[in-house]
Amino acid sequence: MSIWEYANPRRFMRLTDLVLPWATAGTVLFMAVGLIWGFFLTPDDYEQGSTVKIIFLHVPAAMLAINIWFMMLVTSLIWLIRRHHVSALAAKAAAPIGVTMTLIALFTGAVWGEPMWGTYWAWDPRLTSFMILFVFYLGYIALWAAIEDPDTAADLTSVLCIVGSVFAFLSRYAVMFWNQGLHQGASLSMDKQEHVADAFYFPLIVSIIGFVLFFITLVLLRTRSEIRARRISALLARERQG
Amino acid sequence: MIALMKRDLQLALRSGGGFGLSLAFFLIVVMFVPFGVGPESGVLARIAPGILWIGALLSCLLSLDRIFQLDYEDGSLDLLTTAPLPMEGIVAMKALAHWLTTGLPLTLAAPVLGFLLSLPSQGYLWIFLSLAVGTPALSFLGTFGAAITVGLKRGGLLLSLLVLPLYIPTLIFGAQSVTLVVEGQSNTSAFLILAAISLFTFALIPFAAARALRVNLR
Repeated sequence: MSIWEYANPRRFMRLTDLVLPWATAGTVLFMAVGLIWGFFLTPDDYEQGSTVKIIFLHVPAAMLAINIWFMMLVTSLIWLIRRHHVSALAAKAAAPIGVTMTLIALFTGAVWGEPMWGTYWAWDPRLTSFMILFVFYLGYIALWAAIEDPDTAADLTSVLCIVGSVFAFLSRYAVMFWNQGLHQGASLSMDKQEHVADAFYFPLIVSIIGFVLFFITLVLLRTRSEIRARRISALLARERQG
Repeated sequence: MIALMKRDLQLALRSGGGFGLSLAFFLIVVMFVPFGVGPESGVLARIAPGILWIGALLSCLLSLDRIFQLDYEDGSLDLLTTAPLPMEGIVAMKALAHWLTTGLPLTLAAPVLGFLLSLPSQGYLWIFLSLAVGTPALSFLGTFGAAITVGLKRGGLLLSLLVLPLYIPTLIFGAQSVTLVVEGQSNTSAFLILAAISLFTFALIPFAAARALRVNLR
């Protein structure tokens, strides 16, 4: 029994049939607990007041925005190497979610930045990197939309995703070279000395788990609908021939 | 390989496109900047390195869709794939021909246009050097974008959307290696990283572009 068995669309559909209700329930539970705990049951920060609570949206969205791109990179590699259609479709399904998460991170950051930094936008390395990530997502999605043949599209977007990953990574360090930033360091790290206070830490973790489950639910749903759409077009093609 | 190169260069020269056109575009972009921001030489001197780099980058973009499009339409690209030359070699030669017809003229013209933008005199050498080192990377990355979009009917706009984000690191280090000199600081690290990016694209982009071309010719 290997993980590749789920690359079979039928197996994938059967498995996700079972997983989806649980993932949905988990999303609702963790997001509700994380966000309600975060928004209403944590104290105000002594410096930032209640604006600090935007962290419960901002940090999970930003983490997902980056990690969804990584997931697309991995699924693209799997498609190029092993030609599993589910993998390519999962990458296609994930991209719009990733771009939305990038936008949420940018938007919540701007809303928070206005009272705290006195500006909605600054050309800070982290902010700029996210803007760049956003553009990479747009190019990727546009390429999927532009090509009609699904296999060609999957191939080309995969190649683009790999080259794009390298240059997105390069850009991240390039902008650090180019400008010093306003943005604070990471809110979370494995080293306990570094991260935010415990009162914010635990609801933040819950909220991140909620966001991750949310992503899993969405990407499974979207992949399933992509598979169904592919089946329909195959059936239609067969009917036209027959 | 040399024959392919010669052919591409001759085509570029005789068709009257590309070669002069992107240079003229570069001139116009540079000419428009004072119209936009005003003619004070202090302001112009500050933004000159960035303007020259952005101008070169956009002019480079103009001729990208020609790299494969014409050969794809008349079928000579299919013939080339049956040639004993590996696809990676074809891509590298195409990129080199694109650089010789676009990047090189832009590089040569840049110091003169820098003079028009009242770039401080210590910047002339470095705008020339940074473009000489950086524009090949632009050509190679552009060839990759062209290889991806070659099968599309109206790929031009998409091509820009795909290629421009890839240009970000090159632009940053290229413009920085001029700006730092003008501000009187050391630009060694910026310039070396720029050179590294260029070498990196020479080494790896042909493989990615060849892969994309094979998919499109399938």
